[in-house]
Amino acid sequence: MSIFVNKNTKVITQGITGSNGLFHTKQAIEYGTDIVGGVTPGKGGQEVEGIPVFDTVREAVEKTGANASAIYVPPAFAADAIMEAVDAELDLVICITEGIPVMDMVKVKRYMEGKKTRLIGPNCPGVITPGECKIGIMPGYIHTPGKVGIVSRSGTLTYEAVHQLTQRGIGQSTAVGIGGDPVNGTNFIDVLKEFQNDPETEAVIMIGEIGGTAEEEAAEWIKANMTKPVVGFIGGQTAPPGKRMGHAGAIISGGKGTAAEKIATLEKCGVSVASTPAVIGETLARVLEEKGLLEECTTAK
Amino acid sequence: MNVHEYQGKEVLKQYGVVVPRGHVAFTPEEAVDAAKELGGDLWVVKAQIHAGGRGKAGGVKLAKNLDEVKQYAEELLGKTLVTHQTGPEGKEVKRLLIEEGCKIQKEYYVGVVVDRSTDRVTMMASSEGGTEIEEVAAKTPEKIVKVTADPAVGLQPFQARQLAYAIGIPKKLVNKAVKFMMGLYQAFVEKDGSLAEINPLITTEDGEVMALDAKLNFDSNALYRHPDIVELRDLSEEDPKEIEASKFDLTYIALDGNIGCMVNGAGLAMATMDIIKHYGGEPANFLDVGGGATTEKVTAAFKIILEDPNVKGILVNIFGGIMKCDVIANGVVEAAKEVGLDRPLVVRLEGTNVELGKQILNESGLKITAADSMADAAEKIVSLVK
Repeated sequence: MSIFVNKNTKVITQGITGSNGLFHTKQAIEYGTDIVGGVTPGKGGQEVEGIPVFDTVREAVEKTGANASAIYVPPAFAADAIMEAVDAELDLVICITEGIPVMDMVKVKRYMEGKKTRLIGPNCPGVITPGECKIGIMPGYIHTPGKVGIVSRSGTLTYEAVHQLTQRGIGQSTAVGIGGDPVNGTNFIDVLKEFQNDPETEAVIMIGEIGGTAEEEAAEWIKANMTKPVVGFIGGQTAPPGKRMGHAGAIISGGKGTAAEKIATLEKCGVSVASTPAVIGETLARVLEEKGLLEECTTAK
Repeated sequence: MNVHEYQGKEVLKQYGVVVPRGHVAFTPEEAVDAAKELGGDLWVVKAQIHAGGRGKAGGVKLAKNLDEVKQYAEELLGKTLVTHQTGPEGKEVKRLLIEEGCKIQKEYYVGVVVDRSTDRVTMMASSEGGTEIEEVAAKTPEKIVKVTADPAVGLQPFQARQLAYAIGIPKKLVNKAVKFMMGLYQAFVEKDGSLAEINPLITTEDGEVMALDAKLNFDSNALYRHPDIVELRDLSEEDPKEIEASKFDLTYIALDGNIGCMVNGAGLAMATMDIIKHYGGEPANFLDVGGGATTEKVTAAFKIILEDPNVKGILVNIFGGIMKCDVIANGVVEAAKEVGLDRPLVVRLEGTNVELGKQILNESGLKITAADSMADAAEKIVSLVK
């Protein structure tokens, strides 16, 4: 098992004829993802890499039976693309696009109320269930199938954590990048719930960063609901206040959203926080050992 | 993107928000002309810098005659103001706002933000105007009232009324306060604001509700649809290295330390700064070269770091996914040759094409210290700059 995506996930790419969309679609196919179609308005009827292109998401879904979408369209058109996918009743929409205006996402979230679709992102690396399905821009080969779930606001920092796990032979159930924007589709708690309910996930790594209070809320949720061990890391301990650190959401404003505050809350709620990004894997291994789970989680021997 | 107070007020005026009459001035002569044109017998001379706390730092002066206007303008222009938001180096005053004096009855606070916990625009107000809202939130949180706008219909007048009554706006001025708040909300949403603070909002003895100060920030991701806002950008308020970086679509933020960093990905870049600090060093910058950087972009990034005289050593930390390690290696080699590498350089490469990347660095003839992990890289660069 895994969360959100698996070998049965049928994926379409929105923005498939753009250079990013095409490149990552090819990478996904190579990894073994079941890409069944693509959407670019005005280019319906064409084929790229042997994949049929449609004008609308509805048509793509009708013709291919897709249940998930990956969005690579430029930021000015991305909100519209998300809403089109939601309207077509896809189960899962993963928006990779970086740089969508916040006000557009405020409207998207309102539009999504009462709809069935789960949105992941935007401004995220995507979701991967190693060995089964890769939707997004992460390098597939660093992953190993296994039992540790990862949820993160950062792309490359997730790769760093995955790499450290793989080097230790600790495989991953699913790695979810929720993205670095202030308004996003899926938050830490949504993903933690899924991991808690996933019988194949034994432990979770949660990677947060400065800005907002999502980590604090997740920490309280973990304390109240989570039986599986969680290891954390928070980026931006040295970030100056008032500056946006690359991600639109990574900003300490009005003294709120500091790393120190987040780390303190996580630790108070029983989450072991890695002191540096270099020891995320080590910290998890230590926790797994304490819980007697290390053997079981070492899936690549 | 930040704008000056006088620019923010111009934007608000377009939406029917009342602000004191005023003009911008770049010289003492312009300041006097502005005061003459405004008329009256009381003027406010306000330093225009992209930072709050100007009043306490002596950046706001009350002038009772034209000589005083000139005197204060001369004093303030060219002066470096140090406020709690500028950092110890302060900011040089290059523009002034000359405003008519107002007969203030009472000061209030109104702010607009995108609230991350509800994913909606929230307007908050307080009877405690003139004080920083963070301070009010910490000491008397009950004095802050909030309403959340439904994006489908926007802020409604009844919500603005709720705020106005709750903060004790005099009954006969409630309608004016509502008009003010509705205008502020419209401006925020239509111009893609990321923060709007009116502190203080005032009621005057002659029955006006107006914005005595205005701090507006705009979402930089939405600037493409607001050419009028882009025109308000004051490059002299920004770090020249940050401007140079933005030309290449790089995210660069100057810091106080001496170890330059070049990293791909915002999260990893922040974590790299943290680990430098962990091993006893101080990062000189945050620099994210992004996911799909080219050799040209990497070269530009490397040059920006090397041009900083505070930088005593450089750490390159790349986890190549989309970004291939050989592209990074080529960029580093080209930039180092072009600028002349005269400081220690530690490179940690991992990920796609890592062997090829390492080979390019080894064969370049440059003095590069290779590192195997983030910890190793941080330890090495910290000891090299000591």
